[in-house]
Amino acid sequence: MPDLGLEVLFKGINMQRLLEGLWVSMRISLISVAISMVLGLLLGALMTRKNPVIKVLTRIYLEIVRVMPQMVLLFIAFFGATRVLGIDIDAEAASIFVFSFWGTAEMGDLVRSALISIPKHQYESGAALGLTERQVYYHIVIPQTVRRLIPNSINLITRMIKTTSLVMMIGVVEVLKVGQQIIEANRSSSPNAAFGIYLTVFVLYFIACWPISMLAKFLERKWN
Amino acid sequence: MKKKNLVKRIATLGLTLSLSAGLLAGCGNSTGAADKSSDATASNAGFRTLDEIKESGEINIGVFSDKAPFGYVDENGEYQGYDVYFGNKLGEDLGVKVNYVSTEAASRVEYLQTGKVDLILANFTVTDERAEQVDFALPYMNVALGVVSHEDNVITSLDQIGEDDQVIVISGTTAETYLTENKPEIKLQKFDTYAAAKSAFENGTGVAWANDNTEVIAFAKENPGYTVGIEELGEKDTIAPAVTKGNDTLKNWINEEIETLGQDKFFHKDYEATLTDTYGADYEDTLVVEGGKTE
Repeated sequence: MPDLGLEVLFKGINMQRLLEGLWVSMRISLISVAISMVLGLLLGALMTRKNPVIKVLTRIYLEIVRVMPQMVLLFIAFFGATRVLGIDIDAEAASIFVFSFWGTAEMGDLVRSALISIPKHQYESGAALGLTERQVYYHIVIPQTVRRLIPNSINLITRMIKTTSLVMMIGVVEVLKVGQQIIEANRSSSPNAAFGIYLTVFVLYFIACWPISMLAKFLERKWN
Repeated sequence: MKKKNLVKRIATLGLTLSLSAGLLAGCGNSTGAADKSSDATASNAGFRTLDEIKESGEINIGVFSDKAPFGYVDENGEYQGYDVYFGNKLGEDLGVKVNYVSTEAASRVEYLQTGKVDLILANFTVTDERAEQVDFALPYMNVALGVVSHEDNVITSLDQIGEDDQVIVISGTTAETYLTENKPEIKLQKFDTYAAAKSAFENGTGVAWANDNTEVIAFAKENPGYTVGIEELGEKDTIAPAVTKGNDTLKNWINEEIETLGQDKFFHKDYEATLTDTYGADYEDTLVVEGGKTE
């Protein structure tokens, strides 16, 4: 077995620090995911409207999120807001704000595409069966939309979890930063620690993202 | 027609909810800002004076958290290193608790300009350009640039770097500025964090890595197979504490403190406690600046 420098994990409270770092990453991403899901559903419904003003506004919002690197958004929310508006939010709140801003836009677009992918005849058949508008949505449109949403939104959620590694740039010490701190603090005594620590960080991310993929699989099977 | 109505209702609901969420978030933010502004942003564009820091009982100091032996976090989660040893002393003499903030090279100036930290002790090299953006106190260390390269292809002069070769630098460091200004023809491979640059260099990206000479000396000493071909490049610089532009009360206090500490050779003790393991005793007088006085 090659030397992976795994012994540094057991020095002091290093393992606990990594887990605390993982908790910070998960806290930021899961709160942002929850906000994005709710607001994204509403935004998606809004985007299917024919109103040209709403169309232009949501389009602009979506394009801003698409072209702006998340790092730039983080700097704007954390430093820019203080400099220009005098609003001083702490780094974690700024991160949640940015990730929700990003997640809502992408989720909204996913919801929009899922909604317009339901063929018109589904609505008409429902109406022909004598269902009310509400019943058509509840029994026909929403279940199909949600099912079509799952694979893409899981993809978005795991992407959001992984992208939290950027928040170290505004001083939030999350799992990857803790990993780098451990590697650097031991760079002379355990030069190979980089392998072991990055491997551990990989396993931690995997443990965090795997249940979400499993849940998606389960839901897809259940609703088919 | 009916269908359209429901969509409309959902959309209106959505708009209302997101607006109220925005409002709520807005309220949260403004209270947060109000908290701070009472002691920070009120009168003096985003910094806290010496008295305000003392009153709050806490000083925020930006340091590196992954740059041993200057600023790093040990296995017990405690900040350590040459910069931190000094930071602890400042906190002790000010009679306040020190709250260390993990900063990256590229964000140090921003932290000061927005008043998110009171002081930066993150191996901050004094340059004219930076002095326009922040205020430096008296120096506590010497530094020049150095270039480390692979043993089988030692770079002893920048002229050796070929057209297709890449040199690694960390964004926002003096090395990046120097090479961009003086050797624009050299291709740079830029990284945002020290750890990323180090991993890339070890994995064979780039023929050389330009950084502060302390960094490259330590790197070559710890990693067999690498040699510091250029020990001093460009002008000799100093490392000093930095405060927000205009924060004279804090700067003056730190200056007096550095002069006082010089009388009992504080920074030599600091070197012996934190740097000897990395550089050996040979570099002590070269690196340490005592009492703010460079030769």
